[in-house]
Amino acid sequence: MSIRHGLLALLERGPSHGYQLRAEFDAATGETWPLNVGQVYTTLDRLARDGLVAQDGDPDSDGRIAYRITDEGRRELTSWFTSPVTRHGAPRDELAIKLALAVSTPGVDVVSVVQTQRAATMTSLQELTRLKTRADGDPGDLAWSLVLDHLLFRAEAEIRWLDHCETRVARAAARRGETPLTPAPAPAVAEAVPAGKRGRR
Amino acid sequence: MSSPVLLLSGVTREHRQGSSVVHALCGIDLAVHAGELVAVMGPSGSGKSTLLHIAGGLDTPTAGQVLVEDRDLATLSAAAGAAVRRRSVGYVFQDLNLLPSLSAVENVALPRELDGVRSRLARREAVKALEEVGVADLAHRFPDEMSGGQQQRVAIARALVGPRRLLLADEPTGALDSATGEEVLRVLRGRCEAGAAGVLVTHEARHAAWADRVVFLRDGVVVDQSGPIAGAESLLSTGGAA
Ligand SMILES: Nc1ncnc2c1ncn2[C@@H]1O[C@H](COP(=O)(O)OP(=O)(O)OP(=O)(O)O)[C@@H](O)[C@H]1O
Ligand SMILES: [Mg+2]
Repeated sequence: MSIRHGLLALLERGPSHGYQLRAEFDAATGETWPLNVGQVYTTLDRLARDGLVAQDGDPDSDGRIAYRITDEGRRELTSWFTSPVTRHGAPRDELAIKLALAVSTPGVDVVSVVQTQRAATMTSLQELTRLKTRADGDPGDLAWSLVLDHLLFRAEAEIRWLDHCETRVARAAARRGETPLTPAPAPAVAEAVPAGKRGRR
Repeated sequence: MSSPVLLLSGVTREHRQGSSVVHALCGIDLAVHAGELVAVMGPSGSGKSTLLHIAGGLDTPTAGQVLVEDRDLATLSAAAGAAVRRRSVGYVFQDLNLLPSLSAVENVALPRELDGVRSRLARREAVKALEEVGVADLAHRFPDEMSGGQQQRVAIARALVGPRRLLLADEPTGALDSATGEEVLRVLRGRCEAGAAGVLVTHEARHAAWADRVVFLRDGVVVDQSGPIAGAESLLSTGGAA
């Protein structure tokens, strides 16, 4: 998550200082990505250093410094909004890696790995649905509601993928289960498949 | 603490196919209380429809007990069983079985009329139920004059009509687009919040997420649950599924 762009977007509404930015960020995204005020100030410092924001007037009576977005910052923000988010997600997706390892590690009960994850994801999907029902009751909360939708769709996609994995694992097991009836040394063949895949990398 | 509207204990259902036996359900314990919506998920053939049929008294277990509002379905006479099914239980089946010769409103009113409710009142209730699922304008159409999703909503209205205490729905959102599906769930959820007990079979995680609890079936066995488990239920159920 780009805190930089998040802050630039908030400053586009008007000058603001760190505490206020944090509160506005939370209001827009719920408590999905809680920021601490330290992160906000560090990020503001870097944005100022890069010329994307500038100090707006003198510190107020509490010594708080307000910032405003610069033209350079506005260009950066526009380019953020107009370019797609790319996920170099594959290496960071622990679940996909876990499952890949589960199917290729002997003695792992893949189905129960899948089920454990499914129950956990289902629980968060239930929680998100409850939050969503509440958010939908408040028409002013479009931003938060859309963030919830995103999380809902993602959780749902994860469960679908888990269902898909389970079906494929079951099919593969059924195929293996059938082959021992033939004279061919079926288990050895089945083991050889993941080994061959590993060899290609 | 009030007893559950639906209580399955040790429910097993076997189908004999010549010399082999299919275990559609094996030792299911499940309690569903008033105000609670429970979703059942599981791969095809895992026993979901069997569970709903047994819960509604349309099929009988080969072992175990089914109580609907404290009445053991197995010990009731055929007539008393039919009365429980008509009065207490509302179903939406996987195949909708609307009667083709009746209009939407007649289909919905039928179970109430069978129950001895006067025809005028039954109709009024039926129109209200059709309104709830957003198809009141189709009240006078026949099933073959409606789309699949519209028929599905009529079938749901039929399950909701009258004072049902137990709602059993097998894939009720199958033919619906996602917004309509969500509407139907909202109605189902609302009924449960108003005091009914609901069991919803679905393949869609998004829809199951409306439930208080999700039960996962595999090969006729409950393998897992998600969501908070009601205190009363854990006292009553014999299996320690927590
Ligand atoms: N009359 C029957 N005779 C023999 N086997 C049956 C009979 N009815 C159901 N079964 C078997 O019982 C098992 C459970 O069936 P059930 O219809 O409950 O599955 P399901 O979970 O509802 O599946 P789906 O998601 O496909 O609707 C299946 O293996 C099915 O083949
Ligand atoms: Mg079924």
